[in-house]
Amino acid sequence: MNRWKRLLCACRRRGPWLFHMNSGSCNGCDIELIACLTPRYDAEQLGVRLQGSPRHADILCITGPVTKNSVDAIHTVYEQVCGPKAVVAIGSCPATTNVFIDSRMLAGPLHEHIPVDVFVAGCPPRPDAILQGIAKAAEILGQKGTGETTNKQTAGPAAQTKSSEVTA
Amino acid sequence: MNLTTALARLLIFPGLLFAVPAAWLFLWIERKSVALMQGRIGPPFPQPFFDFVKLVGKETPERRGVSGVLMRVWPLLAVSAAAGSVGLLPVLPASGGFQGDLILLLALMELPSICIIAAGFSSRSLFGEIGSAREAVLSVSYNVVFLLAILSIAASQHTFRLEELAHLPVTPLRYLGVLAILVCLPAKLHINPFSLPNAEQEIYSGPLTEYAGPELAMWELAHGLEWVAAAGLVATLTAPHVPNGGVNVLFFVLLSFAIVLLLSILAAATARLAIDITVRFYWQCALIFACLALVLTVTSTYFVKVQS
Repeated sequence: MNRWKRLLCACRRRGPWLFHMNSGSCNGCDIELIACLTPRYDAEQLGVRLQGSPRHADILCITGPVTKNSVDAIHTVYEQVCGPKAVVAIGSCPATTNVFIDSRMLAGPLHEHIPVDVFVAGCPPRPDAILQGIAKAAEILGQKGTGETTNKQTAGPAAQTKSSEVTA
Repeated sequence: MNLTTALARLLIFPGLLFAVPAAWLFLWIERKSVALMQGRIGPPFPQPFFDFVKLVGKETPERRGVSGVLMRVWPLLAVSAAAGSVGLLPVLPASGGFQGDLILLLALMELPSICIIAAGFSSRSLFGEIGSAREAVLSVSYNVVFLLAILSIAASQHTFRLEELAHLPVTPLRYLGVLAILVCLPAKLHINPFSLPNAEQEIYSGPLTEYAGPELAMWELAHGLEWVAAAGLVATLTAPHVPNGGVNVLFFVLLSFAIVLLLSILAAATARLAIDITVRFYWQCALIFACLALVLTVTSTYFVKVQS
């Protein structure tokens, strides 16, 4: 690996920009994600910035159990994030659909639609756990440029078994 | 100034080699001071550098047609204009020839904001268009005051040459003009309370919504260079002139630093104003002071002429 690539990977690891997307969440996880940016947790120390546009983002943070209405939006936003990118599923809802399981309004869980890199479990997860998940996703992002990652960029349940999981 | 010194000024000091790290430093100060004011620790020191390299290494979406070409051209144009305006600042004494002109500097400082307006419209994003329209309105509102302030400074000292302005002793009238420029700078740099064009939580990222990867890196760099140019202009106009070149440079850097700190604290302490309030502020409040500076300048020069 040459020097430029190594620098690039280090920078990817240290400057993850987030885009937050709600796929039908109850707002519990959204509040906790915003809490990460507050003075108590201060995610900016990791270089994290919450971006308004998915075009600027590196990490896509998705909350909610993926309602049928939001599936198209999830695909659009996922395509709009420019590579290399990582996806963090925040909360139990995107991982398992949680208490809404078997609801006919849902098309979840999330990994059936887009590849997920990190699952952060909890209902809602603590901000510390979300921060840990983002840090892990940033590390995966750093590896993606080098080809050392185990995670394949293909959609499907296979992504679930290979992705790392953070428990609250 | 011969070709070598001109190139050295454009590329080394106060040009690109100095200006790019200075731009990153100022962007870091901007973020860090906001973090400190909010009781956070804030980003690590090399954060703007990390962000820049990361953005350069990212992919960009495929774009076809004229608008795709334009979307690549605007950020480059903005960066080169901002870098040129930094290179024009008379920090080091020049030796004859072209010594930098206030009008050229103003034009180069205005170019990035015009690029942003064009960039928003050529991205064809709804939020980009709203942001561009806001940027255009903002530009019209602060530029009247900004140009009047520059005019009053130039008229009070009878010169448009930056080099001479930097060497002439600072008069009270010039301080009035500098004050008017300082009032305009938050709008010129799109920071709070005049962060209308790139209003996050409102219209996403405004004109830059569709820009990604290296293009966005160039926009960030252009923004940093605008910081250096704006702070440098005020530092040039207020710094006391001493014959020693090294001390001059030190004064320039320290004054720029102080101005960046002042503007960042203002940005951290204020909330975004609505567009109508912004226009009213510049056209009703700030314009009076700029006009006052101009009238005082003209009358004082008239009396000086009558007496002599």
